Amino acid sequence: MDLSFVILIEMLYAVATLVLISAGLAVVFGMMKVINLAHGEFMMLGGYATITATSLGVNVFVAMLVIAPLIVGLIGLVVERLVIRHLYGRLVDTMLATWGLSLFFIGAATMIFGNTTTGISTPIPGFAVGAYQINGYNFFIILVAIALVLALLAVLKGSRAGLIARGAMQRSDMAAALGYSPDRIYMATFFCGSALSGLAGAVLAPLVGLVPTSGGAYIAKSFITVIAGGPALIAGLISSATSFGIVSQIFTFAVSPVMGEVALLVAAVILLRLMPQGITSRFFKGKL
Amino acid sequence: MSLNRRNFLGAAAALTASPLLPRAAFAADSIKLGAIHDTSGIFDAYGKPMDQAVRLAVQEINAAGGILGREVEVFAYDTQSDMALYSQYGQQLTRQDRVDVVHGGILSASREAIRQTMRKTKTPYFYNVLYEGGVCDRNIFINGVTPAQQVEALVPYAMGKAAGKKVYILAADYNYGQITARWIQKFVADNGGEVVGTDFFPLDVSDFGSTLAKIQGAAPDLVIAPLVGGAHLSFFRQWAAAGMKGKIPLASTTLGVGNEQKVLTAEEGDGIMVAYNYSQELDTPANTAFKAAWAKAYGSSDNIHETAVSTYQGVKTWAKAVDMAGSLDRDALIAAMESGISIDGPSGKITVDAKTHHAVLDVHLMEFKGQKMQVIETLPQRQPIDTQAVCDLGTNPNDNTQYEIQI
Repeated sequence: MDLSFVILIEMLYAVATLVLISAGLAVVFGMMKVINLAHGEFMMLGGYATITATSLGVNVFVAMLVIAPLIVGLIGLVVERLVIRHLYGRLVDTMLATWGLSLFFIGAATMIFGNTTTGISTPIPGFAVGAYQINGYNFFIILVAIALVLALLAVLKGSRAGLIARGAMQRSDMAAALGYSPDRIYMATFFCGSALSGLAGAVLAPLVGLVPTSGGAYIAKSFITVIAGGPALIAGLISSATSFGIVSQIFTFAVSPVMGEVALLVAAVILLRLMPQGITSRFFKGKL
Repeated sequence: MSLNRRNFLGAAAALTASPLLPRAAFAADSIKLGAIHDTSGIFDAYGKPMDQAVRLAVQEINAAGGILGREVEVFAYDTQSDMALYSQYGQQLTRQDRVDVVHGGILSASREAIRQTMRKTKTPYFYNVLYEGGVCDRNIFINGVTPAQQVEALVPYAMGKAAGKKVYILAADYNYGQITARWIQKFVADNGGEVVGTDFFPLDVSDFGSTLAKIQGAAPDLVIAPLVGGAHLSFFRQWAAAGMKGKIPLASTTLGVGNEQKVLTAEEGDGIMVAYNYSQELDTPANTAFKAAWAKAYGSSDNIHETAVSTYQGVKTWAKAVDMAGSLDRDALIAAMESGISIDGPSGKITVDAKTHHAVLDVHLMEFKGQKMQVIETLPQRQPIDTQAVCDLGTNPNDNTQYEIQI
């Protein structure tokens, strides 16, 4: 009984982690069609922003939920103005440019923070479920992921800004004809996407030992999640994160953590073979 | 203060020229010592202090009059954490610089990249790192601990601290982790225990949530974790975050080699049991003097770690052997090294094992406390029993293999 509860929590946590690490990419890649290979590095920078802010005496939750997203968002803004805005619509070129950016960020972080492992301890204590101890921080991550999805939904579906952004992504010429500046809209959207990446890196920072190359561990998983999700932004994110999270956790518990990772990749291959356009090309059609 | 070769030679030349020093100037030609370490890139946390250790040891040797009245000159190369550069610089050291000895290499892959070059060119090679054991080659000398030396000491101590006999192993998924896990299984069985689970993790795994649940499902009395690198450090963090600390004792064969005790907070690290050849907290005159000399040369002694000390001791052992041999000839040097030579270094007494060219050394049992590795107990002069089981250079001097030790 206790064990099944623990497994349930671990599954929710795995899904929440996938949602978190993929949300920023879903906006930048799913909406804007920019292949951002520096996505992992944005997360890494979010982690360092949190650790630096915390060591300067800022409350750890403020650092994670406010400061890190803002800082990484601003970095994203600069990157968009200097590099990305010249490359909209050129898929392969964005890939090359952002790969260069990722190398640059790794180098810069190494110069500033050194090539050593840093970290902060988790701010929430663990607690017992029957005979088991659970990491209380897992619940925090699940909550953040839920809040993030609700916020995305509210902004994209419920607000005028979201409507304009979605419209501009589909037909920027029409948006321009109606008096909106696509340039501004792209800039703002990229800022949001980067901030979401920064938030993910910040929230995960207390669980990992952070090194400048940490971003590499997330990049593959986040791309797989976003691509397998398909055209619908939020429905795709949730459906693919849920399927992969559950599959990988089942294999992790039944066999070993390595098999869990393998199962995730195999599931992705099978899924994309059956549904090359992603889950939401067949299910939840027309949803956001 | 950072010390590069030019600065160092300048300083050494100034010392040589100083009339106050009570010794004659060095003979004209210097002894060439090659050093090959990753002083940049992802392994620089290991490599930088090792490079500093070589320079410090050589500085001390020269200040004391050099070896055989000759000055020692360092030829150092930075391999940038790139295995391909090892072969290149290995060739350069042996064929172009024609050095008399090479110290260096960090990962086992880097050692194997240059070992054959050293052997072919008859350049004595010192590998001063703890590693998985089993290398049998007359041309190489190794003074780091091997898994058996470490695990043999750690397992009985950790099991003594545990409430029962059930052990769970979490290991890094490559040859070091696999081999070490096998040794742990052997010594747990030898001490009357039972291994209830063994899990291997690729080096980039950083999420251990499900593992924590699995471990608790198996309900062991002790967890032993030969995990490696930054991603695996997350395990110790998540272990503490889940409140497991204090419920099940934890031991590791790797945590602390890169000074990880300073990365984990005291709450996360306190109580973790380890066993190594060196700790900064060792309270011996040799270690105190060593730390003072290091701080004087480099500003702070905080970055000293086990492999840096091994490197320092490797250079000192080599110097003593050359003095004893009275020449730089390779065979004379090997004969001197095989004569049961030993030095008293910062980590204790290090004796060269003639049969395997490995080291007989002190293993210190330690516990993390307040971001330091407190020495609990010293087990003096442990034999490299794993390599001894497969390697005998006395009867088979032409051996040139790395044995995979069957347990």
